[in-house]
Amino acid sequence: MTENKKTLSSEQKEELKIGFNLEWRKELRKAIPMKERMKIERQKMPERDPNVRNKDFLEVNCGLDAEAAVKEAQRCWDCANPQCVVGCPVGIDIPGFIKLIEKGDFEASARKLKETNSLPAICGRVCPQETQCEVVCSVGKATGIPVAIGNLERFAADYEREEGEVKLPKIPATTRHKVAVIGAGPSGLTVAGDLVKLGHQVTIFEALHVAGGVLVYGIPEFRLPNKTLQAEVAYLQDLGVELKTSFVVGMTASLDDLKVQGYEAFYIGSGAGLPSFMRIPGENLIGIYSANEYLTRVNLMNAYKFPEYDTPVFSGKRVAVMGGGNVAMDSVRIAKRMGAEMAAIVYRRSRTEMPARAEEVHHAEEEGIEFHFLTTPTRFIGDDNGCVKAMECLKMKLGEPDESGRRRPVPIEGSEFIMEIQMAVVAIGQSPNPLIPKTTPGLEVGKWGNIEVNWDTMETSMKGVYAGGDIIRGGATVILAMGDGKIAAREIHKYLGGLDKEF
Amino acid sequence: MPKIIRRERLVPNLHLIEVEAPDVARKSKPGQFIIIMPDEFGERIPLSIADWDVEKGTVTAVFLVIGTSTNKLSRLNAGDKVPVFVGPLGKESEIKKYGTVICAGGCFGIGAIYPVARALKEAGNKIIALMDVKANYLLYWEDKFRAISDEFYVSSRDSYYDCKDYIPTVLKNILKKGETIDRVVSIGCTYLMYTCAEATRAKKIDTVVSLNPIMVDGTGMCGACRLTVDGKTKFACVDGPDFDGHLVDWKELFSRRKSYFDDEIQSLCHWEGKNFP
Repeated sequence: MTENKKTLSSEQKEELKIGFNLEWRKELRKAIPMKERMKIERQKMPERDPNVRNKDFLEVNCGLDAEAAVKEAQRCWDCANPQCVVGCPVGIDIPGFIKLIEKGDFEASARKLKETNSLPAICGRVCPQETQCEVVCSVGKATGIPVAIGNLERFAADYEREEGEVKLPKIPATTRHKVAVIGAGPSGLTVAGDLVKLGHQVTIFEALHVAGGVLVYGIPEFRLPNKTLQAEVAYLQDLGVELKTSFVVGMTASLDDLKVQGYEAFYIGSGAGLPSFMRIPGENLIGIYSANEYLTRVNLMNAYKFPEYDTPVFSGKRVAVMGGGNVAMDSVRIAKRMGAEMAAIVYRRSRTEMPARAEEVHHAEEEGIEFHFLTTPTRFIGDDNGCVKAMECLKMKLGEPDESGRRRPVPIEGSEFIMEIQMAVVAIGQSPNPLIPKTTPGLEVGKWGNIEVNWDTMETSMKGVYAGGDIIRGGATVILAMGDGKIAAREIHKYLGGLDKEF
Repeated sequence: MPKIIRRERLVPNLHLIEVEAPDVARKSKPGQFIIIMPDEFGERIPLSIADWDVEKGTVTAVFLVIGTSTNKLSRLNAGDKVPVFVGPLGKESEIKKYGTVICAGGCFGIGAIYPVARALKEAGNKIIALMDVKANYLLYWEDKFRAISDEFYVSSRDSYYDCKDYIPTVLKNILKKGETIDRVVSIGCTYLMYTCAEATRAKKIDTVVSLNPIMVDGTGMCGACRLTVDGKTKFACVDGPDFDGHLVDWKELFSRRKSYFDDEIQSLCHWEGKNFP
């Protein structure tokens, strides 16, 4: 899989220039000298006490207040050539929305965000800004501490939803073109939002009973409240997107069936719904979950409110979570909240190789999560009832770098030890869900089961059928999925006979 | 939200539910299942499809009242709506002309095996239907089965019908008689399917079982329904639900099905306490 290096289109550059030259932007830039701006400290995101929050599911980050948001916005220099926009996979006009916060027009700031991104409250919470927009921020390069772009994005979106009035953009007359979006996850929602704003008739088909995909079944309440997510889904519905839940494309209807129903273009964003296991003895013992199952029970089925909700979930006193990504962090922090005395990450490499966001790791440590680095389980041991009671682990050391550039873990012979556990979560990744590739003849897939696309257009081997997100990537991030969605939406619009200039 | 067209008690503890779901009906095949939620607090319950009507746009399932969610389901009536009715899920049963096929069903499986038996009959097989019930009054759909089977046996513990032996014994007796049996299909509780598979193992008669491990999403996403078949981990929701009964790791399946036994009791007590104080 190869991706394009991101560059801005000439239209985007033109728009940024127009924004930069607005009179009020010029005045704002003059109002505070750059030296003064550099003296302002990055506004700290207020967080709830780790020892309180690790017992409930309320949000960890509380959000900036208006005063702090304006101050943070003042840290931004409003560069003539903003690199942050290049760093953003969906190309948000970052100085544009930040300067509106500095100006005090928070609702306009939210509308600015929504011109490019229909899901700002979500991105403001779950995007890895530190590796995308904030890493290239000029302020960060000069002072070492970039503008808190993500926190500001979240502020503007939350303000509009909670304090302000959500205004709908004007939508052009319907083109009568029907587009089917498969999967209501981050990339599907993005495609739907972009296409409905161009006047197309968009239907999202979602297999589960709630929209959101990984945002609802995967990311827990304490990182992204479902209420916030559903508000952004409702916004898309207000724009005219039709949402069909409990509809499994591939089973309830095939792509061809949908063609017969009049859909002309398709976007497959069905996600990475096939959990990987470690293939070690004892993995099917009771008490061993895939991260997908554990998170789905807790987040989608509300098992943390059992017995108010009917779906149960184990709440082991000693829990081991295998993996070092964000999904592993979410799982282990949930286990702690479900009452685990020991909730531990067991990761075969060392801290530096962990793919999880630094913020998530930091939050996990604050909440009392244990970390066992350079450790890998070799087998699970069960009791007489078939429940897991321990796992045998092996210590590792780091060897030569592998194809991912990370140093490969090598087992240390004779270092076996036993870890007593009552529950384990396997969070070592997942592959693309095979349901659609299997039921769609003619759709080419790669060796990992990922749908093959042309990375410039997101078009698959079938004409008019596009794909993006984890179904092509295997297991990536929300914002990359949304970036794919943006490209696909542009191309679908072209395919349906739309004009280039509207993008 | 999908509307319930009919919900009736077939026999004590076993109910039929017919739901308006034209998309699901259009695609349903023998051996597949649906997932239903009784209300927004409920579990996602997988139920085998017992029948469907493309013209009416309805799908029928038979379920055993056992935990909270099925109790709730048994209290819904025609006109009520359910938040989730999704399907058809899973692979369809293999339907071919085999020769003589024994269809052994029990409990909810009497309903679940009906469309399979019907399709096998239509494919030109001789159908021997074996129904297992704990007591005479627990048999349902006798007429429907008589209409599609060449031979029809009921084994009931109180022996009003043909005999009172547990069904694998009946199965063994048929095999002993020497008639060539080309295939056995068994749907019902795990124990019934297990014993049927054991009864045919020595004679190496292909025995298909429709497995029922605990599921959550039903589309291959979570792996809750994983089981070991021929030494390999399979997901019942997408690789099944039909499997070769001689290759299933039954001990693991029995064990995994009991994962939430205590929770189920707690949930039921909570629900009963709230609704019937």
